[in-house]
Parts: sequence; structure tokens; C-alpha cells
Amino acid sequence: MWHVIHQIVRIGIVTEPAPRVTDADGAAIERIHQDILDILGQALTIREVDAGSCNGCELEISALSNPYYNIEGLGIKFVASPRHADMLLVTGPVSRHMEEALRRTYDATPAPKLVVAVGDCGCTGGIFGEGYATRGKVANVIPVDAVVPGCPPPPLEILRGILGAVRRRQGHPTPDRT
Amino acid sequence: MTAWAFAAAQTLLFIAAAPLLGGWLQRVKCHMQNRAAPAVWQPYRNLAKLLRKRMLLAENASWLFRAVPYIVFGAMLLAAAVVPLITVHLPSAAIADVIVLVGFFALARFFTALAGLDIGTAFGGMGASREMMVSALAEPAMLMAVFTLSMTANTTNLSVATEYILKSGLVLRPSFLFALLALAIVAVAETSRIPVDNPATHLELTMLHEAMILEYGGRHLALIEWASQVKLMIYAVLIVDFFFPWGIATDFSALALTIGLVAVVAKLMLLAVVLVVWETVLAKMRLFRVPQFLGFAFMLSLLAMLTHVVLETGG
Amino acid sequence: MSGTNEIPLLLAYAAVACTLLSGVVSMFAVRRHPNFLHFGSFLFLFFSGAASIAAGAWALLAKLSLTDHFALGLPWLDWHVRIDPLSGFFLMLLGTLVVAISLYGPSYTREFARGEAAQPLPPLGVFSALFIVGMQMLLLADDALVFMIFWEMMSLSGYFLVVYQHQHAANRHAAFVYLLLAHVGALVILLSFGVLAAFGGGLTFDQMRAAKLSPLWATIAFGCAFAGFGTKSGMVPLHVWLPDAHPVAPSHISALMSGAMIKMGIYGMVRVIYDLIGDVRWEWGVVVLCIGTASALLGVLYALMQHDLKRLLAYHSIENIGIILMGLGLSMIFLGSGHMMLGTLGLVAALYHTINHALFKGLLFLGAGAVLYRTHEHDLDRMGGLIHRMPITALLFLVGCVAISALPPFNGFVSEWLTFQTALQAPALENGLLRTMIPIAAAMLALTGALAAACFVKAFGIGFLGQPRSRRVARAREVPAGMLGGMGLLATLCLLLGVFPTTVIEAMAPITQMLVQAALPSAAAQGWMWLTPISPQVASYSAPFVLIAIVAVFGLGYLILKRGAIAPRRAYAWDCGFGQLTQRMQYTSTAFSQPIRRVFGGVWKVDEQIDTLASAGPIPRVTSLHYSLRTQDWSWLKCYVPIGRLVLAAANRIVFIQTGNIHTYLKFSFVTLLVFLWIVS
Repeated sequence: MWHVIHQIVRIGIVTEPAPRVTDADGAAIERIHQDILDILGQALTIREVDAGSCNGCELEISALSNPYYNIEGLGIKFVASPRHADMLLVTGPVSRHMEEALRRTYDATPAPKLVVAVGDCGCTGGIFGEGYATRGKVANVIPVDAVVPGCPPPPLEILRGILGAVRRRQGHPTPDRT
Repeated sequence: MTAWAFAAAQTLLFIAAAPLLGGWLQRVKCHMQNRAAPAVWQPYRNLAKLLRKRMLLAENASWLFRAVPYIVFGAMLLAAAVVPLITVHLPSAAIADVIVLVGFFALARFFTALAGLDIGTAFGGMGASREMMVSALAEPAMLMAVFTLSMTANTTNLSVATEYILKSGLVLRPSFLFALLALAIVAVAETSRIPVDNPATHLELTMLHEAMILEYGGRHLALIEWASQVKLMIYAVLIVDFFFPWGIATDFSALALTIGLVAVVAKLMLLAVVLVVWETVLAKMRLFRVPQFLGFAFMLSLLAMLTHVVLETGG
Repeated sequence: MSGTNEIPLLLAYAAVACTLLSGVVSMFAVRRHPNFLHFGSFLFLFFSGAASIAAGAWALLAKLSLTDHFALGLPWLDWHVRIDPLSGFFLMLLGTLVVAISLYGPSYTREFARGEAAQPLPPLGVFSALFIVGMQMLLLADDALVFMIFWEMMSLSGYFLVVYQHQHAANRHAAFVYLLLAHVGALVILLSFGVLAAFGGGLTFDQMRAAKLSPLWATIAFGCAFAGFGTKSGMVPLHVWLPDAHPVAPSHISALMSGAMIKMGIYGMVRVIYDLIGDVRWEWGVVVLCIGTASALLGVLYALMQHDLKRLLAYHSIENIGIILMGLGLSMIFLGSGHMMLGTLGLVAALYHTINHALFKGLLFLGAGAVLYRTHEHDLDRMGGLIHRMPITALLFLVGCVAISALPPFNGFVSEWLTFQTALQAPALENGLLRTMIPIAAAMLALTGALAAACFVKAFGIGFLGQPRSRRVARAREVPAGMLGGMGLLATLCLLLGVFPTTVIEAMAPITQMLVQAALPSAAAQGWMWLTPISPQVASYSAPFVLIAIVAVFGLGYLILKRGAIAPRRAYAWDCGFGQLTQRMQYTSTAFSQPIRRVFGGVWKVDEQIDTLASAGPIPRVTSLHYSLRTQDWSWLKCYVPIGRLVLAAANRIVFIQTGNIHTYLKFSFVTLLVFLWIVS
């Protein structure tokens, strides 16, 4: 036990500052009012949906929870049920098997809600595209508010996409390092 | 009449401050995990956001499902009204003594379990069944520890008991040491902390408390989350009151109240640090190891009672 | 016979007369005129119940003790009757249940009059009447003869009620075990009365009260009374008849049996031990406390494993009798050690729990009967979703569940709170072992309460919430207004007795004054809103406040949060997106209690079997899965089956005297006659 505590004290706080989100990065979300977006931006809950991805994007998303990217320090957390969620983070080219599940997840999330598609598969269909096994980009199945292209996109880009979706503007302070 | 006004004000302060304790707990936990923490008032933002969400209910949710968050919050509000936070001379403490306090927790738990069973999914049933098992095993340990304390102070009224312990000065009672350990273990089990339950888990098979509230959203979820934060604060304040009551106000003068406030804030902050270190160092237990853990708590409280009877009251 | 003072006794006679009339009227309820039962008989039962309540209330509140005697029975032995605060209290209990049943009965008994499972109605009415008369008269009895006659009448008519649907062999077996144990109990009670009568010089209770018993004989009398009345109450290990007999009787009779008949055992114990024997010893209290704790714990653990709703409720009756016995045991310990006020507190706690249990158990059995009436299902694993189909029944059943789980602000909590407060005063005793044992017993009471809450979450959650698990349950309708009225009456009383405990305790003061010459003056000393049984410094509870606070939270929550908010949208239940949930995917009652079954494994005899059928071939695939679980009561297997075998073995040894030859039998009679003549002369 003492070894663990000694290690914690030795390492200290290693969180890197959050990415700066310019207005150009921000998604143009017309359907939700800005003050609602401000409130969501302060306390966002995300439900991650793997709609047939290869798990490459999932590895990058799970890196967001480590001390370096520290998504929790920005007031954002991942939750277990779409009923508790404000945002769906969808990866993968929506395989036929997951199409109905994705629709139901979207239906089960209370309004106001946002959807961010992560990865090339989620944005454009990627190398799988539309076919007998997949439906292509996530926007083919549920309405998408922001996209984060990349295969897989680095965690910083995913974070920029999430923050941009809630239009977290320049003025918002990032948490201090101590 | 002023005493009642103070009691009402203290209750409101209790309810309002509970998310702050949650925020401080989160902050210390993040620092223990080498990460920067969100602001201490982040839980308030969470609650405000939840209140702005639109309500979404399952098709077969009954009136009971919709009523449960209010019942749970009401029970926690009543419990907060009877626990001395800043001052001991509370007229509201006569409404309910420590056994009724346990009854309030049981009421909240009963209805939450029913809400879990209401929709008819397997998660809710699993959460309800596990939660009732854990609470059934925790209750004898808790009541035995509480009995030891009540027999020492010859009362079950929380205000009077705290005052008695305050007045008897810095006395080391071995029975109190065992009772403190037992009560701490029961508090961990009842507030769903590690090692009994992981409050931040996403895996339904590892959930106890969270599984019962998977269907809730919006303002219902806000009430339930707030109520669980109040419950954690109540257990913390109980431990502080029974075992470390020094500093609590015994009259209504401004100086005494300020000292009382500062004292309880400092003690709660320290207790939160102890809880976080405990949670960081331990891992969550398998479900069927929890009965052994709670059986250990029962042994401790039994020891507390025996040492009280044998050592402190002269055989 | 003069003046208004005799009115309680006259009301009691009127109650008995109305019950007898209801029995007579139901004799005419043949197939073509069922309304004689439905309206005539139950109408008279309503008046009988009302008269019982009035008689009991008058005797209790006016603190009267009246006696009377009739020249019936044996030539040198009149029938003595007496109404006093204790019998008044139990008469009120019985009367309330009878009134509730008279509202519930007319609609409920319709199911017996029609359909392919039709039963003749006259026996139901006649035996119900005899059952109730037996209970009313034994409460009024003032000598052992009257007591035993009506005790037997109660037991015997109970047998006919249990075996009413005699087509099933299981019912006949249950009734047989019930009758057997009832008679064993009655014999032991007779022994106790015999001891008292021998020392008192007569069979009347007045003579028994005056008897001077040595400690040894007093203990023998106590032991016999405790065992005999305990058999009727259903304490462990004499409880084996209860879980079989109560479920198979018609539901309104089950309510009466569980609510009133087993309380007659408690009445008998209080009457014989506190009143007739008088000098209570603390060692008796220890025995009562131990058996009470064991009954409570075992009762609730067995109840958790049941999936038949009425059987579950029957096991809970055993648990609650255990709690009442714990209160009585604590009371005896304190009285025997000279602490009069604490002894009174224990007695008050026990009597309060007696009436509470009558009310909420009656309510729960009537609710189970309502579900049975509409769906013909008694298995929890085939129910579900009834809160949508039968909303008022579900609400009233919920009130019963909350009350029996001892949750504030209902009545079950008040009596458990009083029992805890009594146990917490253990430091007043000098005996160190007792001071250790009593808090441990209190911790076991806490465990029982928590397990009972778990069991009723299961019963209400699986039975009424979720989705319906069978076709008939999916198409159930609400029950008729009469049945709702009967249940509503009991539910309202549950709430009232929970919110006004000071009034009830003040009303019970005459009973304790009569039995132990002490009362609880401090209980209501702070006003009607505060219950302070010992002193305000030691403990206080304000039930009205709790109720007001909960209602206020609801009101405020509604005003603040719901006003102006958009109505909620309805969506599918969250099932991880897999598609429509079927009702088979929900938790069953066996699944719900599995963690507890695993933790407390040794308490039951568990036979769990999983059979899988796999297809042949290189990769076997499971084609069918069969799961069976059987939990059995150890006491039946370890106590009763060996006794049964012993009796059979002994009978087999003696069978040689049954030669079948009439000459041998004549020889036996002649020899016996000679022996008697020799003894007499």
C-alpha cells in the first residue's frame, strides 16, 4: 500500500491542458439553443456506442480517461445508460446487426441530445462503405451533429470534436494543474 | 421558535452542502489518480443540467416509478433534519432518533428497489436483489454499533447522544473504537463505495446500486443522485458526531456557530480524504465476498458491545 | 343486571348472537339461492364485528371488568364469562377483521358458487360462523371449561374451513396436520389448566388467580401454557401446520386465521402467564425471548424462498409471532427482575405488534385473495404488471407491504421501535449475561426486519410490477368495490395506528394496569404528537411530523419541478438495444432470493437440479435445459418425520393385541371391569 501511495505522490498531476477550440472547429448546431449548449458544456455525460467498429477508435476514446487527457477534469464523464447521457459517441460503419440497437439507443436518450461520429468509418463509411454488411456513415441511421475524422483519430482530436460540439468557446477557463 | 428556525436552516444547509462534499471527494480522488480535478462545485452543474433535460419514461413505467424519486428525497431530507451538523440543540432531533434514521434509509432503499423492478428488465431486478441482500446483512452490524453508543449515552436521540459524548471529554473507550470501525464498514456498504460497489462502473454485472436507477433520467435522476449525496454526508456526519464531536456548537451564539461550521467542514474534508485513500488502495470485492466483509463488521460491533458490557459497566 | 355498566357484556352477547344467526342464514344458501350467503350471512357478520368492536372499545376505554354466569354445561359447574380490558382489546382486533371480511366476502365467495370448481356454500357459512363464535366466546371465557370448549370449536371449524376445497390431496394433508397439532396443543393447554385448577381448587379463572403455586409448579404451568398456546400461534418448532394450512383455506378465512386465530394463542399466553399464574419469573422470559428470536429469523428466511404468495405470507406470520414473543420475553425478563415500567413497555410493544400484525396481515391476505379471484394464480412467478391492471388493489397491497416491512410512518414501524427501545434498556438489569444477550437478540430483530423488507420487495415487485408473466394476469381487471372496501378499511387503520401511536398506547393503559399494575405515563406526556415511552431525553418519535414532511416534499416537488414542465415522452424500456423484451427475461422470485439463499445456505434443505439435453455429434449443442429447485423445512424432516416413524413403530409392536377375535375383546372388557371394581371398592 505504501508503495502505491509513494508512487502517486512522486508522479504528481500530469494532466495536459485541454485543446483550444476555435469557432472554426465548432460544429454548427442550429437545432439546440446556445444556452442549453453552455449548460451541457459544463456537465456533459457521454454514452459511447460501438456500432461495428474495429475497436481502434475505442482504444483512442478510452485514452481520454487517462490522467494525460483527463476528460473528467473538464466536467465530462462516460455513463452506463443512454437515459443518463447527453451525447452519443458513435464509432464504426454501423453494421446491420447494430443498426437497430443504434436507433434504439438514440431513441432512449432524452432531449436535448447530441451525436458525434468518431473515425473515418463513422464519418464517411471508411474502407467498408455501404454494402450488404454495413450501412456506411452514422448519419445514414441517426442524425449526427459533429464528426471527428481519422483512422483512428488521436485523442486530442476526439476531445476537440466533443468540446466543439458543445461550442466550448475560447473564454472558458481550463482547470488548473494543481 | 428560533430553535425551529435554526433547525430548518441547518437542514437546508445540509441538503445544499451535500453535493459540495461530493465535489471535494471527486477532487481528492482525481488528485490521487494523478489527474487534474474539475471544480469543487461540478456536482451542482451536473444537477442543474439534469433538471433541464426533458423527461423520458419507459412505456410500462407506473405511477410508483414516477413517485419514487420524491419519496427517496423526502426520506433523506427528514434524515438530514435530525442529524446535528453545526449545533446540538436541535428541536427537530426529537422527531426521530437513530433507529428511525435507519428506518428512513430502509424506506428509501425499499422504494428504490421497487423502482428497479418496475420496468421489467433484468438489470433492475439484479440491482434490487443484490442491494437488498447487502443491506440485510449490513443492518444488524449497524444497529449493534448504534446500540453500543446508545447504551453508553443512555439515549437514542442523536442530539442528546452527541452532547453526552461531548461533555464526557477526551475519554478513550475501546468499545467506541470497535464501533467506529464497524460503522465505517457499514457506511461504505450502504453508500455503495469500494470495496462493496463501484459508483463509477459501466458494467451492469458489477453494479449494485446503479443498476436500480439505470432507467431514470432528467429531474428524477437529479433527485436520486442528490439523495445519494445527502446519504453519504449523513453517514459522514454521524461518524463525526459520535466519535469526534469536539467543536460542535452547544448554543446559538454567533461565535459558537462559526466554530461549529468550521469544525464540521474541516472534519468532513479530512474524512473524505480518508475515504479516498481507502478506495484507492482497495479493489472492489466479488459479490459473494461481501457477506464475509459485513460479517466481519458484525463481529466488530459485537466486540464493541461486549467490551462495553464487560469493561465499561463493570461486568 | 343494572344500568349502562352492563352494556359491554350485552354487546358481546349480541355479537355472538349475530354470528350464530349468520351461520343459520347460510344454511339456506343452496345452489339456487347463493345470496343467502352473500348478503344475508355477511350482513350478520358485519353487525357481529361492529358489536365486537363496540363491546371491546367500551370495556377497554371505560376500564371495566364485568362477569356473568350461565347455568349451562355440567350440573355443578356453571359457564362463567368475563369481559375486561384485555379481552376487550382482542375483541376489538377480532371485530375489525370480521368487519373487513364482511365487506370483502360477498364478492369473493361468488367464485365458489359458480364454475367447474363450485363448492357447496352452506358449509362455508356455517363453519365460518362457528369459527368466529369460537374465538369470540373464548375471549369472554372466565373458566377453563368454557375456554376449552370454544378453543376446540375454533380448531375444529378451522379444520373444515381448511379442507373446504377437499378435492386436492394436498389440502387434505394440510388439514390433517393442522388438526393433529391443534389437538396436541389443546392437550398441553389442558395440562396447564389442570395444574392451576389443582392448586386453585376449581376450574374458574378467579380460583386459579388465587392459587398459590411453588416456583416449580408455576414453571410447569408456564411451560405447558407456552407450548400449548405456542402451537396455535405457530412458533418454531411447532409451526409446521401453518404454511400448509393457511394458503389452502379461502382467502378471507386465511386472513381471519392469520390475523385472529394465531392471536388467540397470544391472548392465551398473556391471560395464563400474566393473569392466572401472576408472578412472572425472568427465566421464563429468557425462554420466550430465545424462541421468539428463532421464530422470527427462521420464519423470514423460509418466507424468502417461497414463490407461492399465500405460503410466503403464512411464513411471515411465523416471523411476526416471533417478534411478538420477543416483546413478551423482554417484558417478562424486566418484570421478573423488578423493573415494572420497562416490563410494561415490553408488554405494550408486544400487544401493539399483535394488533398491527392482525391489520396488515389481514390486508395482505385479502390482497392475495383479490389477485386469486381475478387471475386464479397464486404463484408469484406467473404474476406481474398487476399495478397497471388492478391499480387500487396494488396500492392497498403496497400499504400492507410497507407496513409489514416496518417502515415509517406506518404501524409496523412503531411496534418494532418500541421493541427496540425495550431491548435498549437492558443495562438496567444486573445479570451480565442478559445484558449481553438482549442486544444480540435486538440485532437479530434488525436482521429480521431487513430480510422482511427484502421479501416484500420481492413479493410486490415480482407480483405487481414489471410485465405480466402469464395470459390470465395480462387480462386481469380490478376487483369489485366490496373487496376494495374491506382492504381499504384495514389499510386506513394501518396508517392511523402508525401516525397516532400515543393515542393507542394511552388506550392500552387499562390492560397493563390490570395485568401488572403499571402503565406508561410518559408515553404521551409531551403531547399527542410525540411518542416518548421512557422519557423525552432517552427516545422520542413523532410520526405525524414524518407523514407531514413526506407529504410536503411531494407537494413542493410537484410545485417546483413539475409545473410548466413538458409532459414526459414514452419510449421503449432500455434493454441494451437488443429488441423487444419478453416477460421471460425478467427476474423471477427464485432469482431475486438467490443471493440470500447462497448466503444463508444451511438454513434450508436445498435440492437444486439442472438437467441439460444436448444433441449428439462432434460439437454437442444444448437443445433443452431443465432447472428445478426445492427448498424444504428442516424441522419437518428432523423433528416430525422421526416422531411419525416412532409412533408407527410403536403401533406396530402393540398391534398383536388386535386379534380380530371377539372372544379376546370380551375377555379384555371383563378383566378391565374387574380391575376397576377392585380399585373403587
